[in-house]
Amino acid sequence: MSRPTVAVWKFASCDGCQLTILDCEDELLAIAEAFDIRMFLEAGPSELLDRYDVSFVEGSITTAHDVERIRDIRARSTLLVTIGACATAGGIQALRNTADVAEYASVVYARPDWIDTLATSTPVAAHVRVDHELRGCPISKGELLAVMTALIAGRRVPDTSHAVCVECKQAGHVCVLVAHGTPCLGPVTHGGCGALCPGFHRGCFGCFGPSEAANVASMRTSLAGLGVDDHELLRMLRTFNIGSPEFREAAVEIAVTIGPRPGGDAT
Amino acid sequence: MSHDHRRFGVEAMTRVEGEGGLVVEVRDGAVHDVRLRIFEPPRFFEAFLRGRRFTEPPDITARICGICPVAYQMSACQALEAACGVTLDAPLRDLRHLLYCGEWVESHVLHVHLLHAPDFLGYESGIALAADHRAEVERGLELKKIGNRIVEVVGGRAVHPVNVRLGGFYRVPSAAEMRSLAGDLRRAVELADDVARWTATFPMPDHELPDGVALVALRHPTEYPMLGDRLVSTTGLDIGAGAFLDHFAEEHVEHSTALHGRMLAGGDYLVGPLARFALNADHLAPRAAALAAELGLTGAERNPFRSVVVRAIETLHACEVALSIADAYEPPDRPSVPVEPRAGAGCGWSEAPRGLLWHRYEIDEAGTILDARIVPPTSQNQPVIEHDLTHLIEESLHLDDERLEALCEQAVRNYDPCISCATHFLDMRLVRS
Repeated sequence: MSRPTVAVWKFASCDGCQLTILDCEDELLAIAEAFDIRMFLEAGPSELLDRYDVSFVEGSITTAHDVERIRDIRARSTLLVTIGACATAGGIQALRNTADVAEYASVVYARPDWIDTLATSTPVAAHVRVDHELRGCPISKGELLAVMTALIAGRRVPDTSHAVCVECKQAGHVCVLVAHGTPCLGPVTHGGCGALCPGFHRGCFGCFGPSEAANVASMRTSLAGLGVDDHELLRMLRTFNIGSPEFREAAVEIAVTIGPRPGGDAT
Repeated sequence: MSHDHRRFGVEAMTRVEGEGGLVVEVRDGAVHDVRLRIFEPPRFFEAFLRGRRFTEPPDITARICGICPVAYQMSACQALEAACGVTLDAPLRDLRHLLYCGEWVESHVLHVHLLHAPDFLGYESGIALAADHRAEVERGLELKKIGNRIVEVVGGRAVHPVNVRLGGFYRVPSAAEMRSLAGDLRRAVELADDVARWTATFPMPDHELPDGVALVALRHPTEYPMLGDRLVSTTGLDIGAGAFLDHFAEEHVEHSTALHGRMLAGGDYLVGPLARFALNADHLAPRAAALAAELGLTGAERNPFRSVVVRAIETLHACEVALSIADAYEPPDRPSVPVEPRAGAGCGWSEAPRGLLWHRYEIDEAGTILDARIVPPTSQNQPVIEHDLTHLIEESLHLDDERLEALCEQAVRNYDPCISCATHFLDMRLVRS
């Protein structure tokens, strides 16, 4: 097989997931030999081809122009892989989806009329077909390399479906939820990070988004038993993956129960 | 030259962090317009921080920038700890300093090797550079990896560290983890020394910042500033974080989703390595100071192209400081000091790799954020970048479009702009007036 042509694209995001490619210090030059990287603005290549074998897409869709751009990229890409929480779930900027975006713009900009933005921040899959998603805020270097090696070898791309709890047990960490009563989203969060936060004596804050069949309702009951109130759980859900259906629906359900709160739980 | 009418530009800049373009217009042999267009879509952080818990900004604002998340975490912590009247234990502050050294190393080394060196040596990218200069690029990647390793040991992961909290950390590194890191850092000091000598061999365009640009950086009584108390300038400014808005403002201009920084006293100002070096060279670590002198760098340096050498000197400094902290490390008695909310406002700042990053938060007695303001380095530098390019183009009109365009891109990269950071910040007082 000839070297696959690759593009790396950016939408609304922090650059951290594409930086993870450049953070593969030991593998970077080998990656550049195995793949023919033709579009990756941050690294230099900027060739617009009619066809790329693989497109990696970072960031969420937040402008009308970007809706068109992602469709164009899809049409040019044999495989499209989203990288990170913004591209797979809308990112933290999806907090606008339940707020008044015109008011947001007026808080940040003197001339909101110069700002071109949509009322929502949506994942790539809301607009085009996505062949594979890498979770995380940011993505894990190991998962990225696993996808890349699978692409080169022509293997099926590996898929993580377990929760953080599984990786936490594998790592031999003490359960922060059970042993220390620390609020932890590990039971409902997609693995891939290697249970990083519990290893630092911190509860998981869900940056890889919901695991398959995440039971947030049950999580809510467990946390209530620890004295974590609904306001706190709502905040925990309303971060980098609030645009994912499981976290969004659970958040809506909780918000309806507790009602509006002074100080702006609209955020 | 009087009939020189040209319009050229770069639709999408490469080798910068985030997305922006450049538009240059020359009429009758004079530069009519230079605009660094920033079209990165806004994400409205300051708006959705309102109503969040006061403990959340270190995690949330890190997501403004994947290249310098530690800078966001440090500035956010400093501002909120100031609001709550908390001071860190000295060993915890040392750990923050160490974490910040890691970010400086990884960010500077990324910029020097993969983003900027290709300009000086005539390549399209760091990867293309590696085809002919593999040893130098591999050396850079090895050093960058050690920078990331510092962030991983102290912060948990290289991008968006998980271990930072108000008052300190969730868990402090063990003595064994730190000993292992110190071994890498001894190697890093040698690599950084070699990298700095390499950058000094780059062909250097002869150019100076426009007259009247103030250089602005933090100042600490004994340290080269990553974390610092006072903000000083070449124009005699010396202020605390709470007074920042009395001297600086941001304006919204149509061609940019990043606001433009201005000194209220008038004039553009520069933040970042050249400014830090001009104002703090006396506090560099020993080898960095000696090498800077050997390479002919002085505080009077005004050639923005030489910022690549200053960045490499700062990298050496960061490696030396990191090593000294790691060597002296004993695990602190506690990983964090308690931080209780109290009603009020707090300002904090730190030196991101590309310059000053200021945060201000207002919270209520329950710890709910009422207002958030963030001024990132690139929005402060945007006016001086445009001003500097105007001068550079005037000096270089004899070049053909292709060479002039390449020179302009190289000049923009002198400032290591981080467009993801710069997008979306405000001066609310200007908004309403």
